[in-house]
Amino acid sequence: MTVQTQGAIRLFSGNEAIARGAYEAAVKVAAAYPGTPSTEILEALAEYGGLHAEWAPNEKVAVEVALGASMAGARALAAMKHVGVNVAADPIFTASYTGVRGGLVIVSADDPEMHSSQNEQDNRHYAMAAKIPMLEPSDSAEAKAYTKLAFALSERFDTPVFLRTTTRISHGTGAVPLGEVESPTVPLGFVEEPAKWVMLPVNARRRHVVVEARMRALREFAETFEGNRIEWGDRSLGIITAGVAYQYVREAFPEASVLKLGLAHPLPERLLREFAAGVERLVVVEELDPFIEAHVKALGIRVEGKERIPLLGELNPRIVRQAVSGEAAPLREPAAVPNRPPNLCAGCPHRSLFYALNKCRVTVAGDIGCSTLSALPPLKSMDTCVCMGASIGNAFGMEKALGASARGKVVAVIGDSTFVHSGITGLINLVYNKGFSTVIILDNGTTAMTGAQDHPGTGKTLQGEPAPRLDLAALCRAIGVEHVSTVNPHDQAETEAVLRRELDRDAPSVIIARASCVLLPEHRAERRPTYEVIEELCNGCKACGTLGCPAIEWLPLTPEAAVAAGKKPTQQGIVRINPFLCDGCNLCPAVCKMRAMVEAAR
Amino acid sequence: MSGCGNVFLAGVGGQGILLASEVLGEAFLSSGYDVKKSEVHGMAQRGGAVTTHLRFGPKVYSPLIEPGAADLLIAFEKLEALRFLHYLKPDGVAVVNAQEIPPAPVSSGRERYPDGIEERLREVTSQVHVVDALGAALALHEVRAVNMVMTGAASHFLPLTEEAYVEALKVRLPARFVDVNVRAFRAGRALIASPHPGPLPGPGERWVKGRGTRCHTRL
Repeated sequence: MTVQTQGAIRLFSGNEAIARGAYEAAVKVAAAYPGTPSTEILEALAEYGGLHAEWAPNEKVAVEVALGASMAGARALAAMKHVGVNVAADPIFTASYTGVRGGLVIVSADDPEMHSSQNEQDNRHYAMAAKIPMLEPSDSAEAKAYTKLAFALSERFDTPVFLRTTTRISHGTGAVPLGEVESPTVPLGFVEEPAKWVMLPVNARRRHVVVEARMRALREFAETFEGNRIEWGDRSLGIITAGVAYQYVREAFPEASVLKLGLAHPLPERLLREFAAGVERLVVVEELDPFIEAHVKALGIRVEGKERIPLLGELNPRIVRQAVSGEAAPLREPAAVPNRPPNLCAGCPHRSLFYALNKCRVTVAGDIGCSTLSALPPLKSMDTCVCMGASIGNAFGMEKALGASARGKVVAVIGDSTFVHSGITGLINLVYNKGFSTVIILDNGTTAMTGAQDHPGTGKTLQGEPAPRLDLAALCRAIGVEHVSTVNPHDQAETEAVLRRELDRDAPSVIIARASCVLLPEHRAERRPTYEVIEELCNGCKACGTLGCPAIEWLPLTPEAAVAAGKKPTQQGIVRINPFLCDGCNLCPAVCKMRAMVEAAR
Repeated sequence: MSGCGNVFLAGVGGQGILLASEVLGEAFLSSGYDVKKSEVHGMAQRGGAVTTHLRFGPKVYSPLIEPGAADLLIAFEKLEALRFLHYLKPDGVAVVNAQEIPPAPVSSGRERYPDGIEERLREVTSQVHVVDALGAALALHEVRAVNMVMTGAASHFLPLTEEAYVEALKVRLPARFVDVNVRAFRAGRALIASPHPGPLPGPGERWVKGRGTRCHTRL
């Protein structure tokens, strides 16, 4: 993306719009850990000049960096997916007390429907719990405008400001008018002010008073904030809505009266009462939890909500129309066709590692990332997946519960980026509290699932510039792990041997399985032989099907076709390797007992 | 009846659907339309079924197309055309790549790739155009250009000029990739000889009738 001049209209995703808004608001420091659907905010910001944008090792650090920048008078932004706010909650809740100097904006990108997440928590609750205002845009144009507004509100009310998006905002695209870059109003420089910045109980007690006064001022602001607006229409139906649900409501009920809330917290009491009094039937249409609904009911206003509007998953215009009016046009049933689930890429080093690990018949405490896909058939390698970094604690907990019977039976598997994010403390605990579990770090040199972002272990910054590279093996040894091995997972014999050796060990050990993610440009630029199947040798045993490699394709044969191909009539098919997909990882020859899989002739 | 044009793109992660939808979006925007589109990233992209909803008109609210409301289904893979056929209007247009990419249950031999997909598409609409986009891309020695071949084939049914697509490609691609993608677009357009039923109406026709600048769907 290039830096556009003011006045133009561009097509931006919500994430690109937030980046543009932050740029126009003269943000000086921005930090994030990649996480769908938030990742592109920092990627887009990194394209603009005159600011520091970084991948932090995790969301807690990102918020601490942004708060530090704010303390020093700069406008700062931290972006994360919804579950990232859980990680960052500690500094966020106290940043609410300290307040800010330079505007501080925290983006929470929620993922209703869990397109790429482990839960679908509704982060509006955080705004209420942390006593921080929360803006909620309903398309890309608002995403940009609200980002700028969030910085202004932050400085005006001396508070961090949440900007909450959902997947359809983050990854929805719309027209965005560009504006000029503002001039910062807060001078740079840290001003000593212990009563504000040093949250000893004596100071924090005073700051809590300030927080409550601020919330009262914000509630007054909400009453007249132009983002909270009534669109009067037919008064027989009034709908209170926010975020992308507003778009669905306008689509499904173009005639209805609508109260659109741009500020999710705090909510405008008088405006809600005015709207409720002006319509015959009142419905709240919101995705996920009954957040607005609970507030409206607490005001003693009769309103329909989650008894009609689904609590689970995303909404869309059809769901909204059906839920509110009971009407829905008949729908053709979707065709029953074979699923196309996401899968590890052809040549993915995780497949090679999990294939070897499956032979060891162990319980695998897993983690977040591409490797989680190994839980799906046919590999079915992973037994647990909870949150970033959980694998090591989960494995150790199983070990302590099961005692000696767990020896050699439990491993933790975690990606390199996830290990840096929050696996390190789990490993410290495992060593300190005398565990014996084996921890496998899948070091593919990137944060793969979110689209290959750098992290401290890759030796490159967000901008791709060289940076000091975290040495994972040295780190593990420094933690106290005496047995740290590095293997190439594509070397099956070595990988299996090292796995068995370390599983038997009566001490904690770390295996670093290191091979490049196939998405990395360096890997793509390498020339490797691809593989092909010698048809005469393939007996249709489907052993290679246990790999789940997308390049290996099964071709069914009728008895006649089998005979014509020189096979027994009972052979049900043969396999072929798709030359466009094969990455040359050399795993399938190790699986084929017929030696039918060979290097392709060039 | 729809006040907006609804284009539903479906295919397999890695086929370049995102770029195709960005080019379409830019082309609509530069041609004076409001545009919204929606897709998902992350885990859903790893070789899984991928879709993009693209809507255009004088004013677009919802970024999502409702089932049964798509005017145009652009399927980059044949099975994906069938999977998302319920999004197509009864009289909608389907432009379908003949390419078959077996999904995991098929390539592992647990299930079979469905037969007779084209016939099943024709049960819903007579406007089914199956094209060999992979063949056209390979003829250009650029297997990654399948997306622009499909965009070119589908362009018969969209109210945009070729210049709008070419300019959009220039906005979205590094200069060195523009030429091959323009050639892929033209190759794709040539795959459908007689444009029938012709493009969706442009602004000034169906879009501005009725409700002024509002754009909404009634089923």
